[in-house]
Amino acid sequence: MAKKIGQQTIVLDKQPIILSGAGIVGKKEGDGPLARFFDNIIDDEYAGEKTFEAAESRILRDAYIKALEKSGKSASDISIILSGDLLNQCTAASYAFRDVDTPYLGLFGACSTMSESLAIASMLIDGGSVEYAVCAASSHFCSAERQFRFPLEYGTQRTPTSQWTVTGAGAIILGKDGQGPKITCVTPGKIMDEGIMDSNNMGAAMAPAACDTIMNHLQDTGRTIDDIDMILTGDLGKFGSEMLKDLMLRNNIDLKNKHKDCGTMIYDLETQDVDCGGSGCGCSAVVFSTYILDMFMQGTIKRLLFIATGALLSPTRIQQGETIPGIAHAVLIEA
Amino acid sequence: MRINNKLSKHEYQKLIDEKAPGSHILKNIFAAFITGGAICSVGQIVMLIFEQFGADKETIASSTSIIMIFLGAFLTGINIYDNIAKFGGAGASVPITGFSNSIVSPAMEFKKEGYVMGVGAKMFLIAGPVLVYGIFASVVAGFAYFIWKQVM
Repeated sequence: MAKKIGQQTIVLDKQPIILSGAGIVGKKEGDGPLARFFDNIIDDEYAGEKTFEAAESRILRDAYIKALEKSGKSASDISIILSGDLLNQCTAASYAFRDVDTPYLGLFGACSTMSESLAIASMLIDGGSVEYAVCAASSHFCSAERQFRFPLEYGTQRTPTSQWTVTGAGAIILGKDGQGPKITCVTPGKIMDEGIMDSNNMGAAMAPAACDTIMNHLQDTGRTIDDIDMILTGDLGKFGSEMLKDLMLRNNIDLKNKHKDCGTMIYDLETQDVDCGGSGCGCSAVVFSTYILDMFMQGTIKRLLFIATGALLSPTRIQQGETIPGIAHAVLIEA
Repeated sequence: MRINNKLSKHEYQKLIDEKAPGSHILKNIFAAFITGGAICSVGQIVMLIFEQFGADKETIASSTSIIMIFLGAFLTGINIYDNIAKFGGAGASVPITGFSNSIVSPAMEFKKEGYVMGVGAKMFLIAGPVLVYGIFASVVAGFAYFIWKQVM
């Protein structure tokens, strides 16, 4: 049985195994530095569908099929799918899996969805009620823009702290047995709202949540930064990452060079015109499901703290003068 | 336990304001000047052409507006205007071409939701407030002018 230690960390007993992962991205991501790790790069922003929402569902489903293929499992082996995205009603995920004959739980954790799904699935597997699970998340630049910002062809300037929503979907097959890195610990995060109102500065809104989850994880497990090979945040971006470093230092922890952020890795910030980097559920999902799993396979990292970060932003509440709550969930993955 | 309480909310916001990278104001102003100036120069050329044909003042003004609105809509339709505005900022959104862009872009974007609830309902998503307050301001100004005329 899993055991809760400290304030909010759960140590898993039957440690679930990451059997495989797959990531499918759009063209801009395919022009980025991680291109060779992705399973498929789709040049057409519609992915052969009629709308951007349908395109997002399509790449999410394709990522799921690809991950399943790589794991050697069949769809009938999967007990449950945990997935989510940024759109209202989790549109992309609901429509991606409507024709899949597997129980489905829709999740909303904004951009923290990938680690949220991994955390929940690993507890389900540890509890013995699930044998194999799919964890997946997606985002699409065009569907996110039309829901959260402006029409694509509307001429505006982006502020320097803004981030670019990743077009991409990542899926992971998690199982009770098999070969691959294990999830050993889960630290679900608390909602942290430090009063940021600028929806073009989500990194600043999420950094306190990431800091809190990392601090709690370290304190609960009694580990230090030196015990972990890499601390991987989801989409803090360049500015959010700086703020995380700053906040951690104020808590007397130096992240040194251990911290990496998917949002700053997926694009070339100098040449790709993305301001502070990538964001969206798909950002951490594709980077984790491809590049990071490859690092585990190569043996370059042995212990990784994966913390996807989410800005639980509601355009309605922002217009009503509210602030942006942030959240960050951590899973500890060991080779 | 709230570990992350070394800073109060207020202190955190102050820190963000201090550290957040700002816009390149000088570069943006220069780009807006060039872009806005270029768009107005095109308008001026159109106006001079109409003048050559001997049109009267009112026809020149309305025809020039129509041509500029068309140019804005056309450049939006062929995915160019957003790039001009990305460079030029307010220089591209303030002239009438920018107004055209703000109506055509949602019309294009929301076509997928149908002609009534999509194009029809969302067309004035961005331009709507400009129209509402523009018309309201003109009513107020007109009323004030009317009173002024009566008194004087």
